[in-house]
Amino acid sequence: MKPLKSAIPALIPLIAVTAAAEFAVRQGFVRAYLVPAPSSVLRAMLQDSNELLRAIAATSFSAVTGFLLSTVIGIAIAVFLSSSRGIQRAFYPYAVFFQTVPIIAIAPLLVIWFGYGTQTVVASAFVVSIFPVIANTLSGILSTEPALRDLFRLYGASTWVTLFKLRFPAALPQILTGLRVASGLAVIGAIVGEFIGGQGLGSVVDIARTQQRVDKVFAAVLLASVLGLALFGLINLVSYLTLRRWHVSEQS
Amino acid sequence: MTASGISAGGVALHLDGVRREFGNLVVIDHFDLHVEAGEFLAILGPSGCGKSTLLRMIARLAPPDGGTIRLEPDTGRFQTSFVFQDAHLLPWRTVLDNAALPLELMGVTREERYLKARHELERIGLGDATDRYPAQLSGGMRMRVSLARALVTTPRLLLLDEPFAALDEITRYKLDLQLRALWRERGITVIFVTHSISEAAFLANRAVVMARRGGGIKLDRRIELPERRDEELRLDPRYGQEMNALLQAMEEE
Ligand SMILES: Nc1ncnc2c1ncn2[C@@H]1O[C@H](COP(=O)(O)OP(=O)(O)OP(=O)(O)O)[C@@H](O)[C@H]1O
Ligand SMILES: [Mg+2]
Repeated sequence: MKPLKSAIPALIPLIAVTAAAEFAVRQGFVRAYLVPAPSSVLRAMLQDSNELLRAIAATSFSAVTGFLLSTVIGIAIAVFLSSSRGIQRAFYPYAVFFQTVPIIAIAPLLVIWFGYGTQTVVASAFVVSIFPVIANTLSGILSTEPALRDLFRLYGASTWVTLFKLRFPAALPQILTGLRVASGLAVIGAIVGEFIGGQGLGSVVDIARTQQRVDKVFAAVLLASVLGLALFGLINLVSYLTLRRWHVSEQS
Repeated sequence: MTASGISAGGVALHLDGVRREFGNLVVIDHFDLHVEAGEFLAILGPSGCGKSTLLRMIARLAPPDGGTIRLEPDTGRFQTSFVFQDAHLLPWRTVLDNAALPLELMGVTREERYLKARHELERIGLGDATDRYPAQLSGGMRMRVSLARALVTTPRLLLLDEPFAALDEITRYKLDLQLRALWRERGITVIFVTHSISEAAFLANRAVVMARRGGGIKLDRRIELPERRDEELRLDPRYGQEMNALLQAMEEE
């Protein structure tokens, strides 16, 4: 119940802006082909509900798949990087460099490699969302308390045991922070991928744009945000369930 | 070793010509120290003189760059336990799982390690807090979990690095009493690093004052006080004399 109550303040500006937009469009202050009235966005959602539902399902699948791949591969890469300082010096700069390449520039390349379809979209979601997972996991793993490392050494714990019983759990709050960021990026990556080589909310936006259907563009964009929010909320839930008993970030 | 964790006795410790350096910085050099089995030794010294470095070498967490460190009798690994400043518990584990951690890492079965951990927690007065998380404990309770964790392996040598420094006076005094009691009960060898002269004199049978970095030992003194250490000892003039002797050694350049 609490989360619902705490959402009320955030709803007030939403309602206010929606009402203002409706009013402004109806009064002719804003051209309807630039900003659609909220009511016509709603109408577009209902009218094209089948198409939009299919699109949101496709985008969700791609974004979630890309995100899960980022999580698994990103954590694995972070573990690899954490194994020695030398390895870190050799490879981490490339991870950073990789992150600075704009997705929109390499998306066409992905189409060439993976063809037109879901694979490309998943790859795009994966590529943009992996870096925060690597960076946060790595810094979490590397900042384990020296005294605790000593404790594990004292009782003969192997590197792997130390990783799973000490470094991972200790890094969990930071890993979850990385996943939060990654979830939003995965949705963006999926949409960009769909713009160029796939089907989903991204392609709906692109096609509606060429048809001058601003209401439909808005409807699709809105749904994309809802998808991003839902993923974010899911990770917050996981975070709450795993950390509430021991970490300050989840204790009110 | 018995399942109930009763005394395994102590070990003697021999440090001969120990040396430790970090780059150009020689922290410990030509360091000799011999500790008898069952002794309670306090180590004092200015900040940065190498007390923690010394303890880590004794615990074999870092090798000396020269000289030898021997335990006698040396019955292999896991004879030594370490208590750090601040409790350093794993916040995602319950009190019981924290206390059982060393045995878990050593590969002891679940049943046996819980039995021993529960036993140690009870002895230190935490029998009813086993299911709590560290975040729900006071600083003193956390430190006691840390002590239970160190004792769960039935060590023969217990190393403590300023263990109670972060606690308030009253809690600290209570823990001092508990530590002294468990030492008497089990006859293990204890090496206790502290910045507090009164704590050193109150607890130890022998105190060593280290000189500045690389300077070795300035004072090595038997603390000639009654075996029973309690409230009364604090009014004993001999206690004041011991503290004074330690203080003078600390102040001397
Ligand atoms: N890993 C390390 N690398 C470089 N220098 C170190 C390292 N560990 C300790 N030193 C240095 O060695 C010296 C002794 O450190 P140590 O921690 O043993 O002192 P200490 O006597 O325990 O001090 P304190 O009373 O403040 O705890 C210090 O000058 C410290 O800076
Ligand atoms: Mg120290």
